[in-house]
Amino acid sequence: MNKKMNFVQDLLPKPKARVKEGEVGRRSFIKLLTALTAGAIAMPEKSEAFSLDEFLQKHFHQMSDEEKQKTMARLEGEYNEKYSREDFSVDDTGPQAGVKYGYALNLSKCIGCRKCTHACVDENNQHRGSEEREDQVEYIRVLEMEKGSLDVEKSVHDYTHEVPAAGKYYMPVQCHHCNDAPCVKACPVEATWQEPDGIVVVDYNWCIGCRYCAAACPYWARKFNWTAPRIPDEEVNPDTHYLGNRPRYKGVMEKCTFCINRVRKGLNPACHDICPTGSRKFGNLLDKESVVRRIIDQKRIFILKEEVGTDPSFYYFFD
Amino acid sequence: MVDYLTFVFKSVRGMFSGGVRYRGWLAFLMALMAMGGFAYYRQAVHGLGVSGMGDQVSWGLYIANFTFLVGVAAAAVMMVIPGYLYHNKEVKGGVLLGEMVAIGAIVMCLLFVVADLGRPDRMWHMIPPFGKFNFPVSMLAWDVLVLNGYLLLNLHVPGYLLYKKYKGEEPAKWLYLPFVYISIVWAISIHTVTAFLYTGLAGRPYWNAAILAPRFIASAFCAGPAFIILVLEIIKGWTRFPMGERIIGFLRGVVLIAGLINIFLLISEIFTEFYADSAHVASARYLFFGLHGHNALVPWIWTSISMNVLALLALISRKFESRGVIVRNIPLLMLIVAIWIEKGMGLIFPGFIPTPLGEIVEYMPSANEWMVSLGIWGVGLFIMSILLKHAVDIETGEVKPSAK
Ligand code: SF4
Ligand code: SF4
Repeated sequence: MNKKMNFVQDLLPKPKARVKEGEVGRRSFIKLLTALTAGAIAMPEKSEAFSLDEFLQKHFHQMSDEEKQKTMARLEGEYNEKYSREDFSVDDTGPQAGVKYGYALNLSKCIGCRKCTHACVDENNQHRGSEEREDQVEYIRVLEMEKGSLDVEKSVHDYTHEVPAAGKYYMPVQCHHCNDAPCVKACPVEATWQEPDGIVVVDYNWCIGCRYCAAACPYWARKFNWTAPRIPDEEVNPDTHYLGNRPRYKGVMEKCTFCINRVRKGLNPACHDICPTGSRKFGNLLDKESVVRRIIDQKRIFILKEEVGTDPSFYYFFD
Repeated sequence: MVDYLTFVFKSVRGMFSGGVRYRGWLAFLMALMAMGGFAYYRQAVHGLGVSGMGDQVSWGLYIANFTFLVGVAAAAVMMVIPGYLYHNKEVKGGVLLGEMVAIGAIVMCLLFVVADLGRPDRMWHMIPPFGKFNFPVSMLAWDVLVLNGYLLLNLHVPGYLLYKKYKGEEPAKWLYLPFVYISIVWAISIHTVTAFLYTGLAGRPYWNAAILAPRFIASAFCAGPAFIILVLEIIKGWTRFPMGERIIGFLRGVVLIAGLINIFLLISEIFTEFYADSAHVASARYLFFGLHGHNALVPWIWTSISMNVLALLALISRKFESRGVIVRNIPLLMLIVAIWIEKGMGLIFPGFIPTPLGEIVEYMPSANEWMVSLGIWGVGLFIMSILLKHAVDIETGEVKPSAK
């Protein structure tokens, strides 16, 4: 009996749920019929009403500048409404000539506090987890590693004890912005690509949600919106970039963009600034005087999973 | 033209009329479809979160079914080769039926891919010139292309042949033979490209192995013809479709040989993985023995392997061949189930476990996912049923032009 009830509940629409059971079923069924008769191609849902503009929105590369401006203005309106505010901005600040971003992370210093993970969630408007699944989206995963081993299979992901623990070191992993990126090659619709400054981005209005890129990524850096993303109004970050931290949709892929909204304006990524140990170094790989470049030239650096041949822009080093 | 339209009209009428058992079967499939449709609606509203998938195991039951069915579709070629090339008359009748099965299978493949999409409303992004098709770099773009091409080929050849048969005319060779040749090569290609989908991923050591493509083909040519034999047995038992013994015997041979090759490749794979104890071994160890106390797939894979071996032994002994229709087909049914498990639980799921960062999260499909999948099977079997019914009608002369 109990089991059967669970099964029935499993079939109910979750978020609103707990109306009388038969009623929900019947109502959904009627909705289904209406949707079918209306010939709706996209199913409307509670927070993301179907919009023809959105449906017909072109690939970022296919839009003229004018179309981009119009689209971004429309998006700002949509976001303002959705998060009940007035200050949303979506821009498309382009790459600067002569800049190629790189990241270097000092494994001797990192203490595994996960502050970067959380700062990233706040900065980049990630999904905060839904009621039915514990599925907050996080771009940075901090691995607790055995001293003396580089084998990620021996790592612990869900440690809760005080850090740093004896005999361990910590390795945060996020998108490596590969120069020969398997995710870019995999995507059947070119919804993800590498920008001239090295940042690998996703067009959230072009992605079809096939998740082939997620299967292809060797660093487990791509995160999918399994449900409609939820961000409390007061936690939303309104300063956004079209290819970066603007709020995403249900059913699309997203990932770290080195905080494209910040770095293209000359700031450092949020994870960089929050780190209490100074383990994180960010900068222009083409500039011989930059910190990252000096680290790469002078320190003992290594590339995670070098054998996969992705040529990342992300380096680890020890002091 | 008028001729052709009456042909279509009569065909459609024929497809939906038939005995009680036939109509009951169609009604059952429609019920499956309705259930699947409802479950899919639920997924469309709430997102793929209603599935058991997550960022750790990001492909599941849908892609597993897709992979299995590509094999079934490709296996239709096993009938085409001898049928058309050697003009073996008996096999020829069966070829038509094989192609009908292939059509149903490809439709299911395409539906499973669509069911797996987070944004099915953006499917047009794949259609040139409106969209942006990442061809030839993306293997998935290739796969979509070859699957649709294969569908067209399989619609054309039997459609044309049946129309000619209905008219009582000899088909013109140049209108179908070239397509037959193409579809032979094409069938291998849909399967190979699907294998490349996985083997091309350097970041997934479990898939990134050269043995995957040959194993794909071997298991497909085992399960596919087994499936077709079951269809043929039903048609033979229940209709007046002219079909000899030889075709089924021929297919049983194919099943046996492909099955043996498949087992041989499996053994080589297990040996390479475990003897060298390489880095690749984590996924395989998880699959066969469990890893750090996680072992959800272990019973499945061993069930699959035992069924595989038992069924092949039964086929080798040839003891069952002369038995009743149920008994002699049990080994085939076992093979189909075994290979279905092998493709899903054995191939797709462990590719994601552990993740590239070494995390172990297990996956089991949710009720909603099962319902959508059953619904898609309902659609595919429905299409197969009405097409097969149609072919039978024409071959037995139940649908023919009215006398002038
Ligand atoms: S780390 Fe993964 S998501 Fe990032 S560029 Fe490389 S393959 Fe793509
Ligand atoms: S999920 Fe989106 S970005 Fe990833 S491969 Fe599919 S369409 Fe491209």
